[in-house]
Amino acid sequence: MTTALEIRDLCKSYGDVRAVSHLDLVVNTGECFGLLGPNGAGKTTTIEICEGLLAPDSGAVEVLGMRWDREERELRNALGIQLQETQLSDKLTVSETVRLFRSFYARGLTVDEVIALVQLEEKARSRVGTLSGGQKQRLAVACALVGDPKVLFLDEPTTGLDPQSRRQLWELIERFRSHGRTVVLTTHYMDEAEHLCDRVAIVDQGRVIALDTPRALIASLGAEHVVGFTVEGDRSPDDDALRALAGVTAVRHENGATELTSTELRLTVPALLGHLEQQRLRLSELTTHSATLEDVFVSLTGRHLRDA
Amino acid sequence: MRDSLRQLVLTRFREFGREPEAVFWSLAFPILLTVGLGIAFRNRPAEVVHVAVIGDSAAVAHAITALNASKAVAAEHLPDADARLALRTGRIALVVNARGANRMEYEYDETRDDARTARLLVDDAIQRGGGRSDPVAVSQRFIREPGSRYIDFVVPGLLGMGLMGNGIWGIGFPVVDARRKGLLKRFMATPMSRAEYLASFVISRFALLIIEIFLLVGFSALAFGVPLRGSFIELTLVCALGALAFGALGLLIAARPRTVEGASGLMNLAMMPMWILSGVFFSSENFPRAIQPFIQALPLTAVNDALRANMLRGAGLGVVGPELAIIAAWFVGCFLIALRLFRWR
Repeated sequence: MTTALEIRDLCKSYGDVRAVSHLDLVVNTGECFGLLGPNGAGKTTTIEICEGLLAPDSGAVEVLGMRWDREERELRNALGIQLQETQLSDKLTVSETVRLFRSFYARGLTVDEVIALVQLEEKARSRVGTLSGGQKQRLAVACALVGDPKVLFLDEPTTGLDPQSRRQLWELIERFRSHGRTVVLTTHYMDEAEHLCDRVAIVDQGRVIALDTPRALIASLGAEHVVGFTVEGDRSPDDDALRALAGVTAVRHENGATELTSTELRLTVPALLGHLEQQRLRLSELTTHSATLEDVFVSLTGRHLRDA
Repeated sequence: MRDSLRQLVLTRFREFGREPEAVFWSLAFPILLTVGLGIAFRNRPAEVVHVAVIGDSAAVAHAITALNASKAVAAEHLPDADARLALRTGRIALVVNARGANRMEYEYDETRDDARTARLLVDDAIQRGGGRSDPVAVSQRFIREPGSRYIDFVVPGLLGMGLMGNGIWGIGFPVVDARRKGLLKRFMATPMSRAEYLASFVISRFALLIIEIFLLVGFSALAFGVPLRGSFIELTLVCALGALAFGALGLLIAARPRTVEGASGLMNLAMMPMWILSGVFFSSENFPRAIQPFIQALPLTAVNDALRANMLRGAGLGVVGPELAIIAAWFVGCFLIALRLFRWR
């Protein structure tokens, strides 16, 4: 297996704020790799250093075996980059924009091929200013794909998009990856990381706090399911008693609700109901879901991805 | 031309041409200004001076007869209060107070040019009516030659002002806007050549420049007979050098700001002194001698002087060597500093 991206002991500070702190990562060729973490975790700083747009304070980055200080031109031609919050010129049409970006690259796809790839054929002659948010984001990815890159960097590609637009973008990324290319993306959506990524690095406060396949990360919780409930009145059941229920591995409290992680839903739910009955507590809400990367993040940091 | 440079230049034209306001302000506005100024300051037959006469009734009648014998004066009899109100509001330039057949008093504001003119015309008419004859015989010839009128003075100034505005705005605004939108950073993430990016502005500026010159010089020659006595090629060269200097100044102003608002403040700060001092609408010689070295060092002063020398005096490039040197120095200086300070993200 060859290496597409290697980061060693990377550090970057802004004034007193440590954005990235001794971060190490290796991304293999052909995988879709996700940096998952809350806003301000250092994901964007990390990916922009990899893209050669920011200089690190210390540490080393190699992309496709090349370094930014030595082989910038080759690297620029080999990478496709989508940045957070780029506003492409409203005055240009879709095909004019793609044509402009295509002209910067020594080789690549034709304008029509790229527009077809992101399914904007019908909008090719429309001004960028008239596109929807999802269409603009697909155009941004099109501009990253024009040079037929070996590695595609995507920074929060679906933030602010409606569910249908997210799906379309996911399919686009999966198609690109299916040709054996490498994708490195950042996201704070756990479902996005679970859906797209072969491996995920969970980043918090500039460090990698967990790194594995999404499945293995969830399995590391030691539980597959989460049971949440609330009871009426101000009395709540005793944590130790809950922990003793069948299948329960952990108990935590969240905005007045209690969450149990469980290995076996079919054992835990009847046991919980019996216990509440016995304590004369009336259930007001009961939810269950399969454990997600969000639960992994919560169990590692005690905080949620969204509000961390 | 490399395809990337061609695409960047096309982008410049598209972004400019698809912004109707930009087209209006940079191309149509100077023409409208020329029309307005040409009409406001066109040479008219000498105006009649309006005056009022008050005082002793026999003397008033006598004075009015004497005054109206002159074609340059229109006199009317008014009650005292009305006459003074008319003087205060500027409807008349002077009040003649006829105190007796041979005793006149002129009431007027001696700081007003038209009032001083009225004083001379009125006195001449009154003295003639009183029987004065001139000891020296005088004849006159009127000279109204293109080249010495106000419109001839102002058109090269407007051309220079257009070069400044379009150079500073035309480069400063799109650059800062691209930075604000994250587009500069996005371009930096591609193999795009920075030199080509900057060159695309220079090329598109030159193309628009030719249109600007043709429109303004052509229009003012046709509509007002403003002369073009020098070589058109040399005029274009002066304009091109001026456009480079103002473009470099625009690039310097746009080197760092992240917002269009911040940049427009700086642009106005740079342009305002030149609008006033550099002889666009009136000669820069009007300002005190002490600040003349500063005024002469401004790029717009040098551009305006060189344009006037070419258009009005037919002077060759050799004559305006010092002006061209000042313009070139601004171009080189601003461009080098701009490249050092420029924030590509």
